[in-house]
Amino acid sequence: MIHILHRFFFPFLQTHSLQDLRQQAPVAAKVFVQRDYTSGTICQFQTKFPAALETRIDKQQFEDTIRKLNSLYAEAEKLGGRSYLEGCLACLTAYTIFLCMETHYEKVLKKIANYIQDQNDKIYAPRGLLLIDPIERGLRVVEITVFEDRSTGPGR
Amino acid sequence: MDPGMTECQYSQISTVASSPMESQLGKKIPKRKWQTFPGRNKFYCNGRIMMGRQTGVFYLTLVLIVVTSGLFFAFDCPFLAYSLSPAIPAIGAFLFLFVMGMLLRASFSDPGVLPRATPDEAAHLECQIADDGINSPGSGGCRSPPRTQEVVINGQTVKLKYCFTCKIFRPPRASHCSLCDNCVERFDHHCPWVGNCVGKRNYRYFYLFILSLSFLTIFIFAFVITHIVLRSNQTGFLSALKDSPASVLEVVVCFFSMWSIVGLSGFHTYLIGSNQTTNEDIKGLWSSKRGKGNYNPYSYSSVITNCCAALCGPLPPSLIDRRGFIQPDTPQTAIQSNGTTAYVAPQPQAPMCDQDQCIQGTKFVFQAATTPLLHSDPISLGSVPPLLGKIPLGVACSTLSYPAQHAAAASMPSRPWEGQALAHRDPEHEANRQLYPQAPGLGAYGPSSQDSLHQDSVRGLVKLSSV
Repeated sequence: MIHILHRFFFPFLQTHSLQDLRQQAPVAAKVFVQRDYTSGTICQFQTKFPAALETRIDKQQFEDTIRKLNSLYAEAEKLGGRSYLEGCLACLTAYTIFLCMETHYEKVLKKIANYIQDQNDKIYAPRGLLLIDPIERGLRVVEITVFEDRSTGPGR
Repeated sequence: MDPGMTECQYSQISTVASSPMESQLGKKIPKRKWQTFPGRNKFYCNGRIMMGRQTGVFYLTLVLIVVTSGLFFAFDCPFLAYSLSPAIPAIGAFLFLFVMGMLLRASFSDPGVLPRATPDEAAHLECQIADDGINSPGSGGCRSPPRTQEVVINGQTVKLKYCFTCKIFRPPRASHCSLCDNCVERFDHHCPWVGNCVGKRNYRYFYLFILSLSFLTIFIFAFVITHIVLRSNQTGFLSALKDSPASVLEVVVCFFSMWSIVGLSGFHTYLIGSNQTTNEDIKGLWSSKRGKGNYNPYSYSSVITNCCAALCGPLPPSLIDRRGFIQPDTPQTAIQSNGTTAYVAPQPQAPMCDQDQCIQGTKFVFQAATTPLLHSDPISLGSVPPLLGKIPLGVACSTLSYPAQHAAAASMPSRPWEGQALAHRDPEHEANRQLYPQAPGLGAYGPSSQDSLHQDSVRGLVKLSSV
């Protein structure tokens, strides 16, 4: 029901691209999800639910998103047969092989970008939120832009 | 002079960020991110090549390797190929090409620079910590965050330091290189021979470079001696030397460089096996001397895993995206003059960091006012901070030099001034922060405002070091 109301009051979120969303709607706040270093230097983000998002999104959904992102980054940095093979092959070809093929990490980053786009379209944009891909912030934070809630209806 | 247009044109870019006013004035050429990069790096080939600031010693390295190898191929190889085997010049050529490839790769790639925080992030970090009650909720907004944060990694407590230049809490194993003015991930050291920092992304190239260079040096040394000996058997020692004078030069160069290069390779092999950086080893962070339960939390279970991880692990991408185009709505670091204009933020972000806003605003004004001057006249970086400039030049990239470079590159907790109330902050960054507020008052800072601020920060550092 709430989703329908949101779709009614936020038609521009559905028909316009997220880029337009960034430019048209005024930004109420920005929330930053910091890195979690308890497992070392690998890229992981804290799953602690930020207070500013309490009124906007489900805690579970947020945690699911962050956990999925963490698992994707773990996949990118995983040490295993595949990464060793890639490393050795690259060394033998004096790293010229990367002129024609992408590294495993880059492939996973593309997957992450698609996942974030998908999440934004399905879950975050309808709630007036926007996830920014961490790679655009140097893998320091997951930035969530909170747009002003223009809904004048009976509320959420 | 338009570096953005031509491909592969060697153009040095000034470290002063170009002002966004240019794009506002209607210039259609979109700027690439390397052109406004805030660190002290040099970019070539339209952002494809990235090096540290002082490249003189790098050219010396290139000359030494190329000349010595060239002399070997020209004077010794014909004789050796004829009398021993043609495999010798072939192996020599392979080694030489591998060494050059690894050297260029180590020198030209991004070592793992961490991009600086956007103004929003920096503001959020400072206010968040203030709200948590760590700083006293005082008059008018947030203060700067405390210097360190502690985190437990694999059972060891690690301190994350706040970098005042980059406005981030440095990830574990990262360090700020004062020569390049960047935070670098898994910072090993700044190598003047390679002309770049050695960090997460180029450590394997650096290691393969010194390893293959040791092989090459030993190879050339051994075969030049063989050549002289074989010739002496035929014609006598003195005439052998006369026939092949270049061999003497090669032997001398190889002999003197062999010890340091082989030693360095051995040292780095040890570091890789124990999964430490030069930085950590010098500080003795994980040595058992510090305490009974002290161990390296980053080390894997075995030496082989450590080696594989360092050399064959996944290659992380560059975080600075130097060839990307600057988007008009992207938050830029150190360019925004007034954080309040862009966003309607109910949080008290605007009054916070007034000092920083003032500083950035002043910088922006200086840059804008002096932009025409900058373009007509390349910024000469010759008046580089004398203290830091002298430390790497002429000092071998060996274990002996690491303390000196390390002292310049990172803060050491054992410095005497740490105990003072003034320096609960990183001393060199404290110097930066102290000097910036004076910038508005010093009208003499013209076109090289940012460079002279850096120089002043170093002078400040020197003053602090005399305390």
